[in-house]
Amino acid sequence: MGANVQKNKIDVKKIDRIIKGYDKSEESLLAILQDFQRAFQYVPEEGMKRLSRAMGVPESKIYAMGTFYKALSLKPRGKHTCKVCMGTACHLKGAGQILETIERELKVKRNSTTEDGLFTVESVNCVGACAMAPVVVVDESYAGHVRQSKVMDILDKYK
Amino acid sequence: MKAITSFEQLEGYRERVKAAQKKDLPSVLICFGTGCQANGAVAVAEAFREEIERKGLKVDVNVGFKTTGCHGYCENGPLVVLRPKDVLYLKVKPKDVPEIVEKSLVGSEIIEKLVYKDVNTGESVAQYHEIPFYKYQKRIALRNIGNVDPRSIDDYLLCDGYKGLARALTMRPEDIVSEVEKSGLRGRGGGGFPTGTKWRSCRAVDSDVRYVMCNGDEGDPGAFMDRSIMEGDPHSVIEGMIIGGYAVGAKQGYIYVRDEYPLAVKNLQAALADARAMGFLGENILGSDFSFDIRISRGGGAFVCGESSALMRSLEGKVGEPRAKYIRSVEKGLYDKPSVLNNVETWNNIPVIIRNGADWYASFGTRGSKGTKVFSLVGKVNNTGLVEVPMGISIRELVEKIGGGVLNGKKFKAVQTGGPSGGCIPDSEADLPVDFDSLTQAGSMMGSGGIIVMDENTCMVDVAKYFIGFLVEESCGKCTPCRDGLPRMHRILSDITEGRGREEDIETLTELCDVLTCAALCGLGSSAANPVLSTVRYFRDEYEAHIRDGKCPAGVCKSLITYSIDAAACTGCTLCAKKCPQQCITGERKGAHVIDASACIKCGVCKDVCNFDAVRVE
Ligand SMILES: Cc1cc2nc3c(=O)[nH]c(=O)nc-3n(C[C@H](O)[C@H](O)[C@H](O)COP(=O)(O)O)c2cc1C
Ligand code: FES
Repeated sequence: MGANVQKNKIDVKKIDRIIKGYDKSEESLLAILQDFQRAFQYVPEEGMKRLSRAMGVPESKIYAMGTFYKALSLKPRGKHTCKVCMGTACHLKGAGQILETIERELKVKRNSTTEDGLFTVESVNCVGACAMAPVVVVDESYAGHVRQSKVMDILDKYK
Repeated sequence: MKAITSFEQLEGYRERVKAAQKKDLPSVLICFGTGCQANGAVAVAEAFREEIERKGLKVDVNVGFKTTGCHGYCENGPLVVLRPKDVLYLKVKPKDVPEIVEKSLVGSEIIEKLVYKDVNTGESVAQYHEIPFYKYQKRIALRNIGNVDPRSIDDYLLCDGYKGLARALTMRPEDIVSEVEKSGLRGRGGGGFPTGTKWRSCRAVDSDVRYVMCNGDEGDPGAFMDRSIMEGDPHSVIEGMIIGGYAVGAKQGYIYVRDEYPLAVKNLQAALADARAMGFLGENILGSDFSFDIRISRGGGAFVCGESSALMRSLEGKVGEPRAKYIRSVEKGLYDKPSVLNNVETWNNIPVIIRNGADWYASFGTRGSKGTKVFSLVGKVNNTGLVEVPMGISIRELVEKIGGGVLNGKKFKAVQTGGPSGGCIPDSEADLPVDFDSLTQAGSMMGSGGIIVMDENTCMVDVAKYFIGFLVEESCGKCTPCRDGLPRMHRILSDITEGRGREEDIETLTELCDVLTCAALCGLGSSAANPVLSTVRYFRDEYEAHIRDGKCPAGVCKSLITYSIDAAACTGCTLCAKKCPQQCITGERKGAHVIDASACIKCGVCKDVCNFDAVRVE
């Protein structure tokens, strides 16, 4: 975990506002957790506790969802998320080498965050833009036909 | 907008939209699919707006302008289409825009440098429908995509939208089910289960409450047609679901959309709101006594949630683990009520089937697989993208005629179909017709329609390892064969690719495959054998080369290859030496360079940067 990642400043009002926006039913759990993820870049422990109380669902159950779904992360993320597609089309076109380059250059392992908290590097299985393989997605911006020798230029723009 | 409460009102409204539309207005259509947006379509659209204004032209008065869903030819984006001349421009940049407006929108010239050029013959083709990529397609599921603005319900109505629904509401529900049965439509999500049969079983169960659901989880890596449909033509999915809801007697529908697809969620949400406002959803649809609505649920990013029972658990707000197959969802599905789950592409075929009739639909395709199928043709092929063809076309036609052959003139080796549940089909079997049954016979699967082309530089053992690795990661861990069997298989495959393979490994793999096929809880595990068995079946020699000779014939498996520089081809430009992260390349400027194999980490940077193709991998 990056040293500079701020963990403590969680706005509980924001948490409660998100929970209030939904019906008090189990059906809403995943959607609420996803909203937490979007609002805080991760699912804070406080959020799971409050959700458990508000919905009358055991905390363990909410935690189980947090670990099962890939879209949720229980650890704070870096400022930017860099997803390297490892889907079949991208794999065949050298995605593995692209991911290794990023790992080497940013000194970070896949599915973790850089020391300075700037990037969380993730491997994902197909981002649905296979015709442009290999694909790297930084935050919401897609880059296609990425070359190993050029991938750092894409990331440098976020530094 | 006031809700429409009768068929006459609907047709009246449609006529008014038609009349308000200026026919034959010179128009520009900009593809706003994810691929084209990534390539800069947003800036191109902006440039068009500015240029149109700068020239004192007015949208909808002198010229037409709209952004559309994906045309499928993403590789060459941003794509710009000019109507009514039906000209396609590729890789358009903002700086090309003034020239396009001047010459092709206001004038009628064709700009040569922006049109398609055949990679093999060098011939240019300006006409959209004459380009080989489009020429051989038959677009039914993709009928509206690229023509309509996905955010405009009027656009959809102009393409005969909601006519299928209007017709359906005049029919008896059981007659709709019969019509779908007669069309021969089979599920497009992978299994190919006859859609009408599924609907009939659901209807037959006695219950007050029933559900219909749309599977938009699109988990198969390499396939993106569902995304394109949800983003580019959301109303057709919605219309299909309303018809399905009426046919099986459901009042509530759900669309489960993959978390990676935010644009699909947005466009679907907007379409639902418009459909509600116009009275296609809600109480007493079009004045009938049928009421129905649809909710959207975002997936949580787990592949197994594409499986029907896991998807329903996830919709209920639970952990998405599958359950045993003997409980059928048509009897006990969502909230234990009779439910119908269909794939996005399945739903989107329904409105046209009802509108044009089952016989029309069944006139396409083969005996056992009717209609058309959308394929995502990707990998090592010249024209990549989404293509829709009648079932029964051969793999070779797909790759060569539409795909324009293998990239860089390399040798075609195999295609992979069906995602992690499918297998590899070699060159020798490429004349096989693509339909549900022949693919299964060949040891693969239709799956959701990913066709991934592989060339001589693709290692088939690595491909098998890739898929098993994928499944290890995505297995939910509930059943033992999957939880323990898959990692075991992955270890063996890793051993083989890393030079520690043993003679008996192939047998052990086949045995493990048997166990998984027989004993896994859900389709994830029971089809996991396909990637391994199909590669062993067709490419056994490649496994043996790894095991016996310690060689990777395709030059992929890192432990079995070495990098070197061909002294004759090297010009001594020093680029590789500068870029090598290990700094293990030495040589004089203008002299041949040498890689120190003992320090080389085989990262591939030198090969990537070399402009003279002088780096050898053996
Ligand atoms: C592991 C697994 C993953 C699946 N993923 C998907 C998917 O992403 N999309 C889909 O439509 N069907 C998927 N399916 C198939 C569904 O279980 C189901 O058969 C399908 O949605 C039914 O719709 P159809 O009859 O219209 O194809 C998956 C099945 C399994 C076993
Ligand atoms: S495989 Fe990478 S986007 Fe589909």
